[in-house]
Amino acid sequence: MKLYINGNETELDEACATLADLLSRPEWKERRMIVELNGMIVGRDDFGTVLLADGDRIELVHFVGGG
Amino acid sequence: MNFAGEDRYSRQERFYGIGAEGQKKLAQAKVLIIGAGALGSACAETMVRSGAGKVTLVDRDYVEWSNLQRQNLFTEQDAAERIPKAVAAARRLRSVNSSVEVEGIVADITAEEIGLYTRGIDLILDAADNFEVRMIVNDIASRDGIPWIYGACTGSYGISMTIVPGQSACLHCLLDSVPAGGDTCDTAGIIGPAVQMTAAYQTAEALKWLSGNVSALRGTLVSFDLWTNRHSSVDTAKLKRADCPSCGAKRTYPYLSPDSHSRTAVLCGRDTVQIRPPSQVRLDLEEWERRLSAYGRAERNPYMLSLTLDRHRMAIFPDGRVLVHGTGDPAEARSLYHRYFG
Repeated sequence: MKLYINGNETELDEACATLADLLSRPEWKERRMIVELNGMIVGRDDFGTVLLADGDRIELVHFVGGG
Repeated sequence: MNFAGEDRYSRQERFYGIGAEGQKKLAQAKVLIIGAGALGSACAETMVRSGAGKVTLVDRDYVEWSNLQRQNLFTEQDAAERIPKAVAAARRLRSVNSSVEVEGIVADITAEEIGLYTRGIDLILDAADNFEVRMIVNDIASRDGIPWIYGACTGSYGISMTIVPGQSACLHCLLDSVPAGGDTCDTAGIIGPAVQMTAAYQTAEALKWLSGNVSALRGTLVSFDLWTNRHSSVDTAKLKRADCPSCGAKRTYPYLSPDSHSRTAVLCGRDTVQIRPPSQVRLDLEEWERRLSAYGRAERNPYMLSLTLDRHRMAIFPDGRVLVHGTGDPAEARSLYHRYFG
């Protein structure tokens, strides 16, 4: 399915079904994230149950510590 | 000498959001800045130039050459003399605006001691370089009802959020535990504009709050990348947790418990480990210079003692803290510490 992650078009295989699946990918899994799905914020507790669909727009905001 | 003549803040007073009334409120405000590195320098300069009443900076580190590229309060002389950042920053800030009360404190932020610095404070600007300290700030801000402004940056990326106790989600609502070093560490380097942009978001919010423009606060978690030209602003209100241990109904302020923090801290991307003494001590640096000069080159300034060994260098502070440079391995740093300090 086709997703738009931080504005970038990204093609994912069907195995990637939930937000948790997406966030377990190597490029994201070590990071602390705030996630917006189609403009709605998603709580951490719901990552495992929210299903992704073709065309979803996902905003991933990651925390950093430097100052 | 007082240069706070009528003209000094004229451009700020002409600005519709502040005016003479806002300026008066600002002049009464007491601001605490946690950290005097890149963000701390930038935030402090803006707050002092804008005429805040009092600005206090707390920082545990000293100026090094690698800081000068982005930490705008420091000079080559500060780096050559290894002046503590809080001291060098306060000195520079006083010369920028002598009508502002500026205090620079050389210390580590701990659960036991943070209350000493937050008493009577109207707003906290976060310019820390790690989440252990931010969680302590988050807990004390929640306990004492002090608004604080999270800010952090790495590479070309920055992020900020204003946390108003009792209203916004807090940092603990957003992060259920302290992120491990790896995922937030600034090994990616950093460019000056990312610092300035983050500090601009933080200090704009600070000016709003302190001049009485609460309704102008942004209310979102903002993040940006100045290299890939991305910007995002996310409303985090829904992430406020009723069961949050730091701001929820049954709050316990877990990060204010003394046993919550470690004695050893790896400084991000610095090849440096900080070790705190097991109990409160006061070191006589002159005495320690004499003792340690048998093992390596010992150099002292009024604020710290530096001991250069074969592969490592140690910076020793009067409060007993030691920065071990040349290793990122806590075990190796601890063993060096114990060799010289028992």
